[in-house]
Amino acid sequence: MKRICILLLSCLLIVTSLIVLPGCKQDRVVLNIYNWGEYIDPDLLVKFEKETGIKVNQDFFETNEHMLAKLEGGGSYYDLIFPSDYVIEEMIKKDMLHKIDLNNIPNFKYVGDRFKNLNYDPDNEYSVPYFWGTLGILYNTEMVDEEVDSWDILWDEKYAGQILMLDSMRDTIGVALKKLGYSVNTTDPDKLEEAKNLLIQQMPLVNGYYVDETKDMMINGDAAIALNWSGTAMDIYWEGADYIKFVVPKEGANLWFDCMVIPKTSKNKAEAEMFINFMLEPENAYQNSLYVGYVSPVTEVFERIMQENPEVADMDAYNPSEEVLDICEVFIDLGDSRPLFNEVWTQIKVH
Amino acid sequence: MVKFLKRFYLSLIFIFLYAPILVLIIYSFNESKSRGHWGGFTLKWYGELFRDRDIIKALYYTFLVALLSSIISTVIGTFSAIGIHNMGHFGKKLALNINYLPVLNPDIVTGIALMTLFISLRMQLGFLTMLLSHIMFNIPYVILSVLPKLKQMNKHTTEAALDLGATPSYAFRKVVIPEIMPGVITGALIAFTLSIDDFVISFFNTGPGVTNLSIHVFSMARKGVKPSINALTTLMLLTVVILLLLINKRTTKGDELIP
Repeated sequence: MKRICILLLSCLLIVTSLIVLPGCKQDRVVLNIYNWGEYIDPDLLVKFEKETGIKVNQDFFETNEHMLAKLEGGGSYYDLIFPSDYVIEEMIKKDMLHKIDLNNIPNFKYVGDRFKNLNYDPDNEYSVPYFWGTLGILYNTEMVDEEVDSWDILWDEKYAGQILMLDSMRDTIGVALKKLGYSVNTTDPDKLEEAKNLLIQQMPLVNGYYVDETKDMMINGDAAIALNWSGTAMDIYWEGADYIKFVVPKEGANLWFDCMVIPKTSKNKAEAEMFINFMLEPENAYQNSLYVGYVSPVTEVFERIMQENPEVADMDAYNPSEEVLDICEVFIDLGDSRPLFNEVWTQIKVH
Repeated sequence: MVKFLKRFYLSLIFIFLYAPILVLIIYSFNESKSRGHWGGFTLKWYGELFRDRDIIKALYYTFLVALLSSIISTVIGTFSAIGIHNMGHFGKKLALNINYLPVLNPDIVTGIALMTLFISLRMQLGFLTMLLSHIMFNIPYVILSVLPKLKQMNKHTTEAALDLGATPSYAFRKVVIPEIMPGVITGALIAFTLSIDDFVISFFNTGPGVTNLSIHVFSMARKGVKPSINALTTLMLLTVVILLLLINKRTTKGDELIP
């Protein structure tokens, strides 16, 4: 009995000390950021800590939806989050975000004009872009001879079993809508029905719906064609697999942005703005862009990487042409139509 | 022939179980970041693992929570099992059915329900809420593994001990506990494993600065899992194997001592 008592007491001691001790050392400001995994260069966090004396605490989420569910629940007090475009719009509608004071972010001037005042945040009051890219087709040039320029290839029976789709509701339904010539943001039930049927019809040709597995499967040559984001294409490129090409089809695709926002729960708004400013500093943005592999909205960085790697200038994944960008759309929040999309998505997934 | 088939079947099972782990270990030494091709032998991911403060932090919290929650839930679960065992017919049925609820409930429901509970109690999400939620989902498993042992036990042994002058607590320690110990240990091990493995409930019940390995690995879904995680898994596996070998060696020695 004595032993059990000692055991229990020591447990209690550990628990209480763990709860109390972290409270003691919080004499400097701690900035809690909530980010995708592997989406920031950890050396930059250390640099920021050294420069400002603010401690940075990083936590991770896996999907926008999980992050939103957690934030809406309350009880968490993050200072900086990195959501995607349509989620930002939803968060603005739900009054979850602080307005960002751009006067505190002088480095905002480095952000390319094309990435300002986008439809999810028309006056650029709530968000600052972090990375951006497109959706398109990855294909293995050793397995696909023809020129790829249309979504139709995803429905080509020649490649049955060699096609990888993306396990992401809006992206995948968006592709079907684009192939049919509709907007990715349509909420018309008839058009969605058509898109659904198109995707169900494609099912026998598809190897599977994946997210992170796609990269390895493509490099291995396990599949010929994959629907994926330009970020993945850049990742593959930086790894040296030059036989994988990425193209944004002529029908257009989705243009995506991941941004930095400050939620209302933040207690350190000024420090969060300092951090945003720090991340836009061209030198830091350059380092970060190289680490993550995605394309930075900071013009100077964009051009510097293009100068150092001249071949990326011709890549759709890095430098899509004006025409491509013009036909691409940015997702907007679905609002009340979300259940409709969910329904369509569920019906596709059960097949 | 039959013997050969038996062995063949058994080895097939082991291959299916362990081949993925083996591949994972091999790729922890891969120079290339992708699982696709072999870029040459390297130990850099092991070095990177120890420099990555986020992984180390996640590892620390994973084990701390697993250890504490398994110990606490084993104590609570064992006592509850004894209580349930001694209930009347109706009470036992009721208690057991309530006990099954968290087991059958999808994790996401449990996770969000707990989160809303903590928030309505004005608790700040963080280490304590994560620990409490782990204790909560571990308890039913401990109860379920201790109860059968109690059923197997001959209740007259306790009565005999009491008749021979043992106090109830003495009889409990010297008769009941040794009898149900295998069940308790099983329960503790299941609790420990479940706690390390859990993602959904932890995700919703943790707060800034507190994370575990499952959350960390899942968050890499979009960018692809870093080989450092392979390195970490290799090290964890190695630790477990060495521990098991040591324990096995000790117990077999102990057996030999008994004539």
